[in-house]
Formats: sequence, structure tokens, C-alpha cells
Amino acid sequence: MSIYRLIRQRFFPHLWCPGCGHGMVLNSLLHAVDDLGIDQSQLCMVSGIGCSARISGYVDFHSMHTLHGRALAFATGLKMARPELKVFVPMGDGDATAIGGNHFIHACRRNIDMVAIVMNNRIYGMTGGQYSPLSGRQIGGDDEKSRERSVFATTAPYGSIDRAFDTVELAKGAGATFVARTTAYHVQEMRRLFKQAYEHKGFSVVEVLCQCPTYFGRKNKMGGAVQMLQWLKDNTEKLGSKKLEENPNLIARGVFVDKDEPEYCSEYENSVIAKAHKE
Amino acid sequence: MSGKICFVQGNEACVRGALYAGVRFFAGYPITPSTEIAEHLADQLPRVGGKFVQMEDELASMCAICGASLAGFKSMTATSGPGFSLKQEALGYAIMAEIPCVVVNVQRGGPSTGLPTECSQGDVMQARWGAHGDHSIIALTASSIQDAFEVTVQAFNLAETYRTPVVLLFDEVLGHMRERLEIPEAGVLPVVERLKTDVRAGVNYHPYLPREDGRLPMSDFGGVHRFNVTGLHHDIWGFPTSNDEQVVKLNYHLFDKIESHANELARWKEYYLEDAEHVLISYGSSARTARALVEDRRAKGDRLGLLELQTLWPFPAQLVQDKTANAKSIYVVEMNMGQVASQVKAVVANPDRVFLVNRMDGHLMTPSDISQVMRVVEGRGF
Amino acid sequence: MEKYRFLLSGSGGQGVITMAILLAEAAVLHEGLIAVQSQSYGPEARGGATRSDVIISDSEILFPKVLQPNYLVAMTNEAAGKYMPLIRPGGMCIYDTDLVQPSRRIDAMLMGMPMQKAVLEKFHKTQALNICVLGALVTLTGAVKMESVEQVLKARFKPAFHEANSAALALGAELAKPFLSAN
Repeated sequence: MSIYRLIRQRFFPHLWCPGCGHGMVLNSLLHAVDDLGIDQSQLCMVSGIGCSARISGYVDFHSMHTLHGRALAFATGLKMARPELKVFVPMGDGDATAIGGNHFIHACRRNIDMVAIVMNNRIYGMTGGQYSPLSGRQIGGDDEKSRERSVFATTAPYGSIDRAFDTVELAKGAGATFVARTTAYHVQEMRRLFKQAYEHKGFSVVEVLCQCPTYFGRKNKMGGAVQMLQWLKDNTEKLGSKKLEENPNLIARGVFVDKDEPEYCSEYENSVIAKAHKE
Repeated sequence: MSGKICFVQGNEACVRGALYAGVRFFAGYPITPSTEIAEHLADQLPRVGGKFVQMEDELASMCAICGASLAGFKSMTATSGPGFSLKQEALGYAIMAEIPCVVVNVQRGGPSTGLPTECSQGDVMQARWGAHGDHSIIALTASSIQDAFEVTVQAFNLAETYRTPVVLLFDEVLGHMRERLEIPEAGVLPVVERLKTDVRAGVNYHPYLPREDGRLPMSDFGGVHRFNVTGLHHDIWGFPTSNDEQVVKLNYHLFDKIESHANELARWKEYYLEDAEHVLISYGSSARTARALVEDRRAKGDRLGLLELQTLWPFPAQLVQDKTANAKSIYVVEMNMGQVASQVKAVVANPDRVFLVNRMDGHLMTPSDISQVMRVVEGRGF
Repeated sequence: MEKYRFLLSGSGGQGVITMAILLAEAAVLHEGLIAVQSQSYGPEARGGATRSDVIISDSEILFPKVLQPNYLVAMTNEAAGKYMPLIRPGGMCIYDTDLVQPSRRIDAMLMGMPMQKAVLEKFHKTQALNICVLGALVTLTGAVKMESVEQVLKARFKPAFHEANSAALALGAELAKPFLSAN
């Protein structure tokens, strides 16, 4: 019941396709925020452009629907001005790692306390199914036949030759202080990871592998939403599990990084402002 | 006016003006010839409870000031041509989402990376039309260090009054030149504070519903009203819409809220226009050259006058018409291929008598550059 | 008062622009005069050609650049070659005798002094060279009072540098003195 206070009910039903994973992300996020009992007047969501970015219209937070790839840059200004605000930044895969790639790595490095969610469905949905930096060359996963299959997209009619980023490795390499991955299938895990990410003081990245049945699924013969969710269930495994250790074809889920580093807004307060006042 | 006297660069005068107006947030990226603005604000902002951040690029800087402004901070960024190109995307966003902010462009030679350390006034049209789509913008200039200070204060005032980005079109000569600045006591120059909504918590607040006077009261992110901000066409709540009527209304609103105030927004200085046969029109550091020539020729009895435009956008058409009504000829003195000259030609009664005097090599126009063109036009040879 | 038009030139890192700022600031803040300082420079922070213009007057200065200096300071041969031809006839050229071989064909008072050598001897480094040049320049032109420059130096630099700055300024004044008695 109480999660309804967190949404703008008049905009439902949402614009996402039937079976889209983004609704599941919204659902887990609302439950996480509700569990955390965050003061709603402090809640902000800053999103970019794309299917994923529309999430900011549905939450009854202070919401900013910004430019493609630049949500983190807007959020940086917002948080610098008012560090007490609780900021969530949902992004799509192209949004976060292609056009917003520079902002993403620098946000990881800067370490401002906010939660970045990369809703990775391996495709540009809003523009109709083009490959992204997270599409990769092959479908991947445990099944031998599909593993080697090429990824197709409207802009990769002969199969994609673009290697993919690994969002987790990218975030780790760029210095994010909390990095996790889950999937749209694992809704309770997602809810838990969102809470952990929120409670982490610093820049948190949670990658959520999502299904896009309309474009990625259709272009790549992955079946409908149910089959795609099944794929996410079958091809991912918890960090530290035996199954994962024994099978390198599985994708790891869980918390990859959780470390304490100076948070930028606090540093600005404690170091820069303090020194400026001493002079 | 008995304020503090100092000897500073145009870029620093801009910083002092911004601080006078209450700037509390700056995001930027190093670029010649505007970098000193970032350097001074990095030093000054933390002393006054403000924040400074050097972003990863020019695009991010423009985005960050939008974010900070929505949180209630008076915000600015500074750049030069190449960076101004990159900022256009988020500048358009600020126009669409009606976010008050100030963008300084200390112009250098272009196009592209052009002449990084030299002077130009080639971004006049970019300031007007750099962002895509129909819109309007306010752009101001200055020709002295004192004016750079005052125009910067004014830029913040207009940004808050009209809920819009304001562009300060300075140039390399002004940015780097040093001269006396008298900083007025607080309260001497008017400072417009943000108009905040008085709608109470729990009562509907419409962030994009103009009051009768056209102004749109704001509510900070983190305040009692939660609303949406978007670069899409939106309704009075800030939610995306493609409703024909709302779309058209918003387009007209964004245009009219500035263009219909062109006369009030016009800021200028004038010298000897009462009886001037030949009127020079100039702005920025070129206006100093134009004035030097006018003073020199007046001393010899020639009836020259100068109209220095401090507001370039919205273009002060009425002002230009009025001030040039009796002129035999009009010389537009600027360091570009005629970006303001074309505007002047479009509004005066006799466009055939409008002549461009320009210089494109990165060096400040000299008085003899102007007098040479005048000689030719007057049929006195070269 | 006639306008003083200075063109100060040398290479990046010699402190030419700082010297110009100090001179103009002294005029504005301590003598109630009007001054404009501007500069042109290339991409190099060190080396390359640097030029800074200062105009000092008791009336409004409109055109801020110096087209024809009555006072030129040249601290490199390159700068001397480039700017000496601009000197107003009968103007003054101040230069370092070890760094510059000025053209004798130009109608200007040539005032060469071994400033770099003197600074090196006294301080064992060249950082204060620009202050020394300023001392000579102010002595030879009388554009501003030496006390005004002293005050600007005190306000602009940390106390640790005050003594060396005063000494460098005095050194420049000392080197310039023979020219004063000669005229």
C-alpha cells in the first residue's frame, strides 16, 4: 500500500512495452525506498534520455528528466548545492556508457553520494533497437549454441562486431566505491542491493540486467519476456557461489565493490571550505 | 558611489560582479581566455558558502549549473567559443526548462579552436541561435572593467527575473585587460533575488504557470513541492505533453517572455548622438576603439557619434532605429563578418547606408581601421 | 599630463606581465591616475614572446593597446627586433645589455643596463629580474613614485618576499642612476 505514496498514479499505465524490465526496476526501487523510510521531500531522481529515463516521471520525487547521457552531470550540481538530498540516477545502457560514458567514469571517480542505476537491456529501445556499448558481439551465457550467436540490432544487420563494456569492471576501474549487479528476474535481490547502495556513503553503481522483448528479444530470437527472464535466471549466479566458480560462462551477480573512500561533498565541506575559512 | 577600488582583469571583474549578485555555484572546464573566472571562483566561492566544481567537460559544466540552480543556488559557468559550442545542448535545456543561470563566453578567434589567445566577437549569432529550436535569449556585452562588473550583476538579475539563461558575451581583450574597478557597497546596485512560490505545502504548485506579470515563481528541489523538470514540451506541472495547444503556448511563452521586453532589456551607452551625421555602432572592446575615434574626430569638429550596445539579444531594434534616425551613414564596428551589422541593416530605414568595419586577425580594431573605411565610404580615397 | 605609453616585452617566464601589472596598479591605487594594462601572449607558459602594454594617464584611456610606445622595455633580442621599430621618435628603450643588442639606427634613447647580471650576483637567481627592471623603469620615466610600487609589492606578495623585492627595486634604481645624471 505505502509504495503508492511514492508514485504519480495519474501517469499509469506507464509507457513501457508489455514485458519490459524497466517496470520491475521501478517496483524494486519503490520497495527499497519504502523500506528505507526516506523522507519523501528529500528524494530526488535525475534521469537522462531513453526508455529508462522515463522512470523519473512516475516517481513522486523531485524529478529531473534531463539530456541523453548527462543525468550524472546534472545530479552532480544538484548534490553539490544540497548534499542533504537523496539522489537516484537511473540510466539506460547507451545513456550511461556511450553518450554519457565520460560523465559516468568521472562520477565514479569523484565519489559523490548518490545511487546510479544502469538499466542494461543491451539495446537502444526508444529509437527502435540499435546496438549499444553493452550489446556485445555474442549473446553469451551458458547455452553453447546461443553463446556464440551474433548480436543483431537495426544498426547491426550483419551481426555486431562491437566488443562490449563490462559495466561492473568499468565502474570498478573508474573508482566507484560501491558496485553491484543484479537482474530484473531477481527482484528481491534488486530491492536489497538498492538499499545497500543507498546506505553506502559514496557513489554507488547498480547494474540491472533487463529484458527488452520488443527489440533485443525479437532481433535476437530470445523469445518473449518470460523466456528472457528465464535466460537471466539461468545465466547469472551469485558471487562466491560454487556454480559460478565452476562455470565461467555465467554472469556474476552481487556486490563487487563496497569500500570507504572520502565522499566528495563532505570533502568539499571539510577540506576546501574549512581551509578557505582559515585563510 | 564610494566602494572598494581595485585594479583587476575583466575576468576578475566578472567574478566580483557575480559575487556581488550572489553567485553560489560555479561549474566549469579550463579554456583560454576565460580560465581566470574559474580560478577566482574556486578561491572565492568556498569563502561565501558557495560551491565550485571543475567538471569533466564543458557539457557537464553546463548541466551541473542547471542542477545547482534547481536546488536554489545562483549559478554560472564560463567558457570560450569551443566550449560554448559544447554547452549549447544544455543551454537549450535551461531555456526550455526555464532555469536561471549565467553563461560567460569570453570570445576568442574562431571557428573551431581558432585563435585561442586572441580576440574576436564572432559568437554573437551563436549566442542567439546556437541552441536548436525556436527560442529567445538574453546576451549582454561590456567594454570596460567597470561595465563588466555591472553587466554581470545585471545578467544575474535578468536570469532570475525572466527565469532564463543569460549569456555574457565578453571578449579576450576585455577578459584579460586590467583597469580600475570600483566595487560598490552592497545595496548600491540592485540585486534581484529568486522569486519563490508562496504556495503552501499540500496545495497545488505549478512550476510552469506564469503569473499575470509573466514571472514564474520557483520552488527548490528539496523544498515542499515536488514537480518534474524536463527538456520535452511540458505542461504547467512540468510533465511531458504533446498536446497541440500546450506545445504552441509554451513555444510562444519562451519567445515572448524575452522578445516582448526588448525595449526594457535594452542597455546601451551613447556619445554625441544628438547631432551626429555619422553614427558608429559597436560593443565590447571594439566600442573602446570606436569611441577613441569619435572623441578624436569630434575634437576636429567632425560630427561623429557612437551608440554602444550592451544588450545584443534581444536585439534592441527600436533603440537602433531611434538613435540612427538622422544619421547620414552608420558604421557597425565589430570583430566578425557583420553579425550585428546584419541586424542593424534589417531594422534601419536606409540599409544601404550601413557599413561594416571589421577586423579578423585577432588583434583589437584600431581607430585607423575605422577611419580608413570611413574615408573610402566618404569618397576620400584609401 | 601626457600619456605614458609603455610596451614591455620579453619571453614567457621573465615576469613581463607581472611587471606591467605592478606598474599600472601603482598608478591606479596609489596615485589616483588612470591606467590600462593589457597583454598578448602565445601558447607557451615559458619561452615564446610576451608583450604587455601599459598606458598611464590622468584622463580616460579609450584604446587600450599601445601602437607606438614612448617607453619600450625589451628583455630579449627577439622582442627588441620586433618592437624597437614601433618606438615613437625620441622615445626610450630600456634593455638588458647581456640579453639584447639593440639596433643603433632607431631614433630612441638607448638605456642598456646589465640587470640580469646584477640580479644574479645579488640573489643567485633571476626571479627578481622583473622587479629590478621595474626599479630602473620607474627611475628613468618617473611615471609613478617608487613608494607606490613599494606599496603594491607589499600588498601583492607574501611578507617573505618583501625584503628581496625592495632590494631588487633599489638595484634597478641604482643601475639607472648614471643615465639620470647624464641627461
